[in-house]
Amino acid sequence: MASETHNAADAAASAPGMPQLDFSTFGNQIFWLMVTLVVIYFVLSRIALPRIAAVLAERQGTITNDLAAAEDLKVKATEAEEAYNKALADARAEAQTIIAQAKAEIQADLDDATAKADAEIAAKLVESEKKIAEIREGAMQSVKDVAKDTAKEIVAAMGGKADARTVTAAVNARMKG
Amino acid sequence: MATEAHSDEGGLVFHPMDQFIVKPLFGDGPVGMFTITNVTLWMALSVIAIIALMVMGTSGRSTIPGRVQSIGELAYGFIYKMVEDVAGKDAVGFFPYIMTLFMFIVFANFLGLLPAAFTTTSHIAVTAVLALLVFVTVTVVGFVKHGMGFLGLFWVSSAPLPLRPVLALIEVISYFVRPVSHSIRLMGNMMAGHAVMKVFAAFAPMILLSTGLGLLVTPLSVIAIAAIYGLEILVAFIQAYVFTILTCVYLKDALHPAH
Repeated sequence: MASETHNAADAAASAPGMPQLDFSTFGNQIFWLMVTLVVIYFVLSRIALPRIAAVLAERQGTITNDLAAAEDLKVKATEAEEAYNKALADARAEAQTIIAQAKAEIQADLDDATAKADAEIAAKLVESEKKIAEIREGAMQSVKDVAKDTAKEIVAAMGGKADARTVTAAVNARMKG
Repeated sequence: MATEAHSDEGGLVFHPMDQFIVKPLFGDGPVGMFTITNVTLWMALSVIAIIALMVMGTSGRSTIPGRVQSIGELAYGFIYKMVEDVAGKDAVGFFPYIMTLFMFIVFANFLGLLPAAFTTTSHIAVTAVLALLVFVTVTVVGFVKHGMGFLGLFWVSSAPLPLRPVLALIEVISYFVRPVSHSIRLMGNMMAGHAVMKVFAAFAPMILLSTGLGLLVTPLSVIAIAAIYGLEILVAFIQAYVFTILTCVYLKDALHPAH
């Protein structure tokens, strides 16, 4: 009780002034401040700051690595595109060669077949001409025979005696005519 | 306790400075050096908050950070870049030290903005120790790195010779004023904002006393509290930033004393 009244009086006395200038509390404040600062210093310098520094460094490293990897992948993609374009060009060229080759083969086959057909046609033509000639020969002969017979008959009908040789000669002469 | 002593007069109660009173957390004894006080509580809370953000938040060590880890990394990158840019690449060894100062001040400032909180950085005892730590560190580093050459910091060789002693005197004074301004800037900003908020808070219950005046004063004070609170959020960060960047600037002087 006594201490309380004393304290109240004390506070009342210091109330108009500044509690900041109450020197009796300085030792207490300074002591606890030093304790606080030492604790904060050790917590920060031993645990917090190295940890944050490590995290920041690791992040920087990760970012650098990722950028390098991205650069790598970009180069790879470019290479792949080049390879693809090259393969495409190669395939095109090959296709062109194959087409040309096929065309040439077909042309050769065609030429061959045409030549063969031409030869056959020519052979058939010769044969046909021969046959036609034969037929014509046969026809001539028949005409000659018919003409001779007819002439003989006519001569006989006219009352003459047809000399076979003369008739033949006359028919031949006429036929040539 | 003091609040009760005064409030029985009726009317508005103005005790804007009571929030800064250091008192024991348990019982009402005198404040000794090792007494567990509200200072202890709020400093411990800032330590817990820092551990939660910087240690627990980053425990995943994920390459793709989550929200908490992002904030931790942001704080790390912010202060690391500041040390590197302002104090130079050779000051990176001081980074954990400067990070400690920044994290403590920023968390003490923001925790102090919680309603009914105690703002440890609003006390000159605290900020003066912080500033003196910087001052001693910078001075020791300067002399260890450059020996007597560190005194070249005060000898402005680019000025005309007759002017140099005068300038040296001014430079020496400004050098020793540094910890004063360094500490009072932080403490003053934190104290003033909280005190102003408390004054407006004292005006807010005016409506309970007089309806006519209260209709005008009460909404205005509530709006003012909200506005000052927004400003204080800004100040809480900016003062931590200013304290840290000034530390970096002083450190640069120690590492590269040439003008």
